[in-house]
Amino acid sequence: MATKGPHNEDPNDKALNKGRREFLKHSSLLTALAVAPPHLVKAAESALDEKAAVYFEQVPLSLEVNGVHHKLSVEPRVTLLDLLREQLALPGTKKGCDHGQCGACTVHVNGRRVLSCMSLAVMQEGKKVTTIEGLANGDQLHPMQEAFIKHDGFQCGYCTPGQIMSGIACIREGHANSDEEVREYMSGNICRCGAYPNIVKAIADVKKGGHKL
Amino acid sequence: MINFEYLRVSTPKAAIEALSRDNTSQWIAGGTNLIDLMKKGVMAPQKLIDISNLPLKEIKKEGNKVHIGAMALNSDVAENELIQREQPLLSLALAAGASQQLRNMATVGGNMMQRTRCPYFYNTDLPCNKRQPGSGCGALKGFNRMHAIFGASDKCIAVHPSDMCIALAALDAMVLVNGPKGDRRIPFTDFHRLPGDTPQKDNTLERGELIIGIEIPDNPYRKNVHYLKVRDRSSYAFALVSVAAAMDLEGGTIKDARLAMGGVAHKPWRLSEVETWLKGKSVSDAVFREAAQLAMRGAKAYGQNNFKLKLAPNAIVEALKAATQKT
Repeated sequence: MATKGPHNEDPNDKALNKGRREFLKHSSLLTALAVAPPHLVKAAESALDEKAAVYFEQVPLSLEVNGVHHKLSVEPRVTLLDLLREQLALPGTKKGCDHGQCGACTVHVNGRRVLSCMSLAVMQEGKKVTTIEGLANGDQLHPMQEAFIKHDGFQCGYCTPGQIMSGIACIREGHANSDEEVREYMSGNICRCGAYPNIVKAIADVKKGGHKL
Repeated sequence: MINFEYLRVSTPKAAIEALSRDNTSQWIAGGTNLIDLMKKGVMAPQKLIDISNLPLKEIKKEGNKVHIGAMALNSDVAENELIQREQPLLSLALAAGASQQLRNMATVGGNMMQRTRCPYFYNTDLPCNKRQPGSGCGALKGFNRMHAIFGASDKCIAVHPSDMCIALAALDAMVLVNGPKGDRRIPFTDFHRLPGDTPQKDNTLERGELIIGIEIPDNPYRKNVHYLKVRDRSSYAFALVSVAAAMDLEGGTIKDARLAMGGVAHKPWRLSEVETWLKGKSVSDAVFREAAQLAMRGAKAYGQNNFKLKLAPNAIVEALKAATQKT
């Protein structure tokens, strides 16, 4: 997804920005204030000029990622995936298709697997996110990470963080009772290298091991 | 994706008021379709009103109906014990759609509101009457392998993409709506519409009307049900043709049946005439084949989707057979 910058600014974007600011000034001050921090509310009440409108483009966001609390300020259009990779320096979560079709960006939000590329960061207020970086305990790998190595569950490795996050959730959900069920419930994670048989083996192995995930 | 204002609301009333205040705004719930469309530039709301926190997630029994809140997640509905016991067809259809990650995000209301996956709708360089009224239908004489064989018009031959909605259409569900002008109830089969001359309208909701939930009346379809989805790969793909079949059997006789198809029309394609015809008939392959032929009356293909004229009746027969064989 394009981020704002001098190199990739779309002329349409500019026109829409202008329209939005006009619209902001005139019609929706109160509703926009609903998510604005108090100092901005004050600024806006006194004089909602162009500068204040620009501030409104940043929405305060507090969330927990891998056990660490963050208080951030993000543009509404930033996806959870881009937030993780570009603002929180957690590039383990991969951007594959960026359109919800490949599963490379799978993370856990409040314990459930979701696609971070199709999630707006601002909609994760107060939630707990776990990424591939949050699985290992120091040098001790998570059982699913161990199993992927043991069973050679990858080739190029690009889909692997998503596969592992999805695989853990698959077992937790109770959808890993047979190879067939694992294949069905892992179908949202595409592997271009075709490591599927070994991915299924890895998940079955962890499931059999009875680890608390 | 262009930037936009973001507002979070916590009551349906606030959601409706916020949307009514300006016509450049749009609601967002799971976002699994809208964010994709915004990234592609197909939709560009200037303000998103986040309704994902509305207290509309309940799945419960209410008298002789099951009530499902509009914000209930697709995975929660699919795996809900009450739904699996009393409305198993809905559970099967939901599990056949998307992937578990998407089902963990997508809501019931959002599922109903999802747009077509027609490639002409998705590509802003190509003509599409649904995206840009008057620009023409690129699919009519173009790539139309996925497209409609029932109820299309020369303005639009796109299909409705949901699986969940096919089951809800078959099960006589009711859509509960709140709006600026009051509340109303819409029979599920009247919720989505055929394209006609205004394919830009997917459904019969007025602007500012919010789906609160759906109701499914009690029915005898707890055992002999099947959702057959034929697609290009065995999971995680949109339907070429799908069939939701439910039967109430007594011995070898069909007391009553419910039947609807997906992937064939601009709305879930309920086969009421076929249901009536099946009533009182004995279960047999010949009866199912005849029912399937009846279902195909009025079908019309557009070239690349000619195969659906054969696939659809075969899918109906298979779905009816599979439903019969459930024990």
